[in-house]
Amino acid sequence: MNKKQKKVLIRVIVASVLLILCAVLPTTGYVRFATFMVPYLVIGYDILKKAWKGILNKQVFDENFLMAVATVGAILLGEYPEGVAVMLFYQIGELFQSYAVGKSRRNISELMDIRPDYANIEVDGKLEQVDPDEVEVGTIIVVQPGEKIPIDGVIEEGNTTLNTSALTGESVPRDAREGDEVISGCINMSGLIKVKTTKEFGESTVSKILDLVENSSSKKSRSENFISKFAKYYTPAVCYGALALAILPPLARMLFLSAAPEWSVWIYRALTFLVISCPCALVISIPLSFFAGIGGASHEGVLVKGSNYLETLSQTKYVVFDKTGTMTQGVFEVAGIHHNTISQEDVLKYAALAECASSHPISKSLQRAYGKLIDRSRVTDIEEISGNGVTAKVDGKNVAAGNAKLMERLGVDYIDCHSVGTIVHVAVDGKYAGHILICDMIKPHAKEAIQALRKSGIKKTIMLTGDSKRIADQVAADLGIDEVYSELLPGDKVSKVEELLAAKTEKEKLAFVGDGINDAPVLSRADIGIAMGALGSDAAIEAADIVLMDDDPLKISKAIHISRKCIHIVYENIYFAIGIKVLFLLLGAIGIANMWMAIFADVGVMILAVLNAIRALFVKNL
Amino acid sequence: MKKTYKIDVDCANCANKMEEAAKNTAGVKDATVNFMMLKMIVEFEDGQDPKSVMQDVLKNCKKVEDDCEIFL
Repeated sequence: MNKKQKKVLIRVIVASVLLILCAVLPTTGYVRFATFMVPYLVIGYDILKKAWKGILNKQVFDENFLMAVATVGAILLGEYPEGVAVMLFYQIGELFQSYAVGKSRRNISELMDIRPDYANIEVDGKLEQVDPDEVEVGTIIVVQPGEKIPIDGVIEEGNTTLNTSALTGESVPRDAREGDEVISGCINMSGLIKVKTTKEFGESTVSKILDLVENSSSKKSRSENFISKFAKYYTPAVCYGALALAILPPLARMLFLSAAPEWSVWIYRALTFLVISCPCALVISIPLSFFAGIGGASHEGVLVKGSNYLETLSQTKYVVFDKTGTMTQGVFEVAGIHHNTISQEDVLKYAALAECASSHPISKSLQRAYGKLIDRSRVTDIEEISGNGVTAKVDGKNVAAGNAKLMERLGVDYIDCHSVGTIVHVAVDGKYAGHILICDMIKPHAKEAIQALRKSGIKKTIMLTGDSKRIADQVAADLGIDEVYSELLPGDKVSKVEELLAAKTEKEKLAFVGDGINDAPVLSRADIGIAMGALGSDAAIEAADIVLMDDDPLKISKAIHISRKCIHIVYENIYFAIGIKVLFLLLGAIGIANMWMAIFADVGVMILAVLNAIRALFVKNL
Repeated sequence: MKKTYKIDVDCANCANKMEEAAKNTAGVKDATVNFMMLKMIVEFEDGQDPKSVMQDVLKNCKKVEDDCEIFL
């Protein structure tokens, strides 16, 4: 609690005690009035002061003014306890609200506590802590175990494991070795590393993310705009209602029923109206829900750029994927070795050694799969036959590794592969040794991700790719994707998405998921653009509306669930708060609800709505 | 030109009122108040001096909500 809140709390306690004392003291007349004025002024002096200033500034529908009118009115009618209690509970409500908002503000900033405070620089063999802002590009910084990496860079020296959970929500640590790029915001867990910075602090991942998160709730959603508009009309409407209620029924009674006007009854009812006239519960709970939802999501590695995007995401019915890098890993890997006449390891060994001089992705994947250090002295007479493959002497044996054309050229009988992917045939000393299947591997959670999407009510999943039809169809079938469009150029992807956008109804939203490379135009064209694996990719962070920090496709359905929970809470609060207010306005008008009930309803609704809003923060198990 | 200012205000409705007041200030093209982050983002019209415009914004905000502050 801050100073201001503590002061209010003390006033609330003092006023409550005094109010009870006044209520039990057997006083009458002016003495009673005077005693009740003590707690009233203790709790309400600032409201009265603000109300007065409001009048001077011609702010008639200021809630301080309305509270002042309601309570002063009640006191003039002789309802002293009610007048004081309304003021008291109003203050309790305000106190609770400011406490809850402050608390969640702190909670959420703690969730995103990734801002590094310092960077270590070695000066004359000693470590010196400096402001990360002052570190120039290319400086060597030292990151000790337990410290945050302050600036993006490349490891110059040392091996370690990194905890990226603050950025990605992923708890499995990541290994990092010399030469690896590291991203600011990760926590160095085991070893001391020296990092050569590649960016300034302001351009580093951590600054970009913080900037994004802090500005996220500035883009307001439709619900928020609705509430601000509603609040603008609600208070005046209720006030005019109160005025009408105070004047019209008594006049009607006098003129038409020739009964007693009962002014005090109707004025009391009108004052009850004023008590419910503050739209606080609504106005606070809606942005708070979005704020909590966005905060919770960012803790799970889902960055949302604005509450409007959270709203759109919750209405998503179509999800369009890019293939390479999104559903597949985007790197080639050995998927299998078939029809081998010698051991699989040997096939791989000969292929890897023969291709050792090449830097082609296929050769790289062979070398990676081989796994051992390649001794180039074992390989001689390397000859690359472009478009076919390589021939070389490995350990004195003639090895040929390449496609079917190479085998035909060498007159080797080969067995074709029925699997989809790139095939490397291997022949040793003119004899067929088998072939290696290399493909772009589907991501481990891709299939579950599609199922999860279907389960959460996504109507159709669609995949767009520039890859060949055969490979695309195979991947789509493996994953259970409904529709697939292959052999598309980047421009075709945009027009395809436009076609899909035109085919659906306005209320059903279309999300495009890509890895941010080459698909920025599509990301911005879709109703909502989701970039995956965006750690370190500025282009993706810029172009997308929602950024998934790691590249796990399961996060897509998680993001949708988070958005739905948040929107659900928003609607709960809207209906609940407006419903209760309208109900009590009606009950107040017909005289069933008195001022006590009105203030309880008003403060109660606000407390419940705020507590409900904070629920949006808890998204771990969605 | 857009600028971001830190603000202090107690209630969400007052924040909305500040937003409205800032929007209606001469020289301000658009304004957004983010109650949760306690920030005001003001977009100025071309050729306006942010400093003098912000004085007016502050004055107008004080009119609608006495208990508010913009840290200029």
